[in-house]
Amino acid sequence: MDFITALINGLSSGGTYAMIAIGYTMVYGIAKMLNFAHGDVIMVGGYAMYVTLLALGHPLIAVLAAVIFCIILGVTIERFAYRPLRGASPLAVLITAIGVSYLLQSLAQIIFGSSPKMPLQLQISGAVKLGALSVDYSTILTITVTVVVMAILSLFVKYSKTGRAMVAVSEDRDAALLMGINTNAIITITFAIGSALAAIAGYMMLCKAPSLSNTLGAMPGIKAFTAAVIGGIGSIPGAMLGGLLLGIVESISYSIPAIAPYTDAVEFSILIIVLLVKPSGILGKARREKV
Amino acid sequence: MAENKFFAEDGREIVLKADHLCIQFGGLKAVDDVNIEIKQGELYGLIGPNGAGKTTVFNLLTGVYKPTAGRFFLCGEDLTGKAPADVNKKGIARTFQNIRLFNNLTVIENVMVGLSNQIPCSVPESIFRLPRHRKSEREYYERALELLRVFKLDEYKDYLAANLPYGKQRKLEIARAMATNPKLLLLDEPAAGMNPNETQELMDVITFIREKFNITILLIEHDMRLVGGICEKLTVLNFGTVLASGATAEVLSDPEVVKAYIGE
Repeated sequence: MDFITALINGLSSGGTYAMIAIGYTMVYGIAKMLNFAHGDVIMVGGYAMYVTLLALGHPLIAVLAAVIFCIILGVTIERFAYRPLRGASPLAVLITAIGVSYLLQSLAQIIFGSSPKMPLQLQISGAVKLGALSVDYSTILTITVTVVVMAILSLFVKYSKTGRAMVAVSEDRDAALLMGINTNAIITITFAIGSALAAIAGYMMLCKAPSLSNTLGAMPGIKAFTAAVIGGIGSIPGAMLGGLLLGIVESISYSIPAIAPYTDAVEFSILIIVLLVKPSGILGKARREKV
Repeated sequence: MAENKFFAEDGREIVLKADHLCIQFGGLKAVDDVNIEIKQGELYGLIGPNGAGKTTVFNLLTGVYKPTAGRFFLCGEDLTGKAPADVNKKGIARTFQNIRLFNNLTVIENVMVGLSNQIPCSVPESIFRLPRHRKSEREYYERALELLRVFKLDEYKDYLAANLPYGKQRKLEIARAMATNPKLLLLDEPAAGMNPNETQELMDVITFIREKFNITILLIEHDMRLVGGICEKLTVLNFGTVLASGATAEVLSDPEVVKAYIGE
């Protein structure tokens, strides 16, 4: 029974990782860059929820406000920090992303101080009892939200003109441009979607543990990035799979007392093993270099 | 926008007018003072030895490169300096010398990408699958299928583009370009790497779409049988400059052209 509980909890935290990992993987696939400020968008979304709660008091409005605020933030970051560097060396873009990450963390600390905030209204407590099994409401909520969001996203990418244009841009940006696709607009939309998912992921974290500090997004960001690489960076189903896998491994590892303290090590070892066996990730496509 | 359409002496509209186009890379004049005028419905060939600057001309005409001097007009509208996506929207579409399909999309999806600017539908409408999303998706699908039928590719519609045989990939690239509804179609070595049968089939396709869509075509080619067989007019480039220009038969018998191609 412990194992099943761990599995369900793993699906829940895995869903959160998957949600964040999609942001990494879509931006990587389409804009060909690693957006290391992505995790901090979660944190900003958390503070947006906190502020909205203080002002308006309703959790649902707070989540909505955070989604909108994060979309604006993500698009702004892309427009002013990354777009001027399009065509620059990948290292310049990478270090800019790290810079943006520190900027967001420091700004949050300056504005809100360094002691954690407790937006308790976001918390969802209580659990359903199914025989000997007890499942938190928050777990049920996060799994449901994950399934719904991923279904919508998959349909959007596969069956819409913007989705097809996204695949086209990720495959051959110049050819897409010459077919009349506005690649800048597609990249903007990608950042908007990634940031919206980051805000939702932030809520999924806070509804379980309502403690908000300026490093809220740091560790989940790294874990989600790991998940994206395990799944095959650039692949959306890969990010979903990698996220869920990592969440389940994490949760099972926590449930076994002997290895619980080494959970982070276990997770990152999986990354190393996957990269050794299949360097392009589980669902990643090996790129053949033309000679 | 003031449009001054150009007309030829025989009264036909001039679709493409390239006016003293030049581009310089560092000290190298890759294209130097190229003038081309193509009339409505014409099939025009651009030939020349390797490295003569043919593909560079295409890159200028699609906005990939900005000319260092000169201008070009599509149906009288100055498109010099416009971004590639905008040039495409104005009505110039192209194919590539080395095939550049979207390999992980299916055949029909490739054509649907080409149709992107033809049928409006916003992102929120697609995310929440509102009625207009369904309607536009159906329209995309049907129009793409129609185009595939014209190119006899409809039976392959659900194949991944990467899995098509080579000759069919070339045809699909033309179909995808046609999907953007161009006034002028640029074909960059459409017969490259094809066997004689495929080349013959391609010539038929080009002749057919020209009649069906009443489109103007500029093509780069090395296959002289194809050029001689279907082009009405030619411009020969050599070292970035125009060596000869005029009716196909005359140009091909020009001693200068023979010299540039075959040597003395």
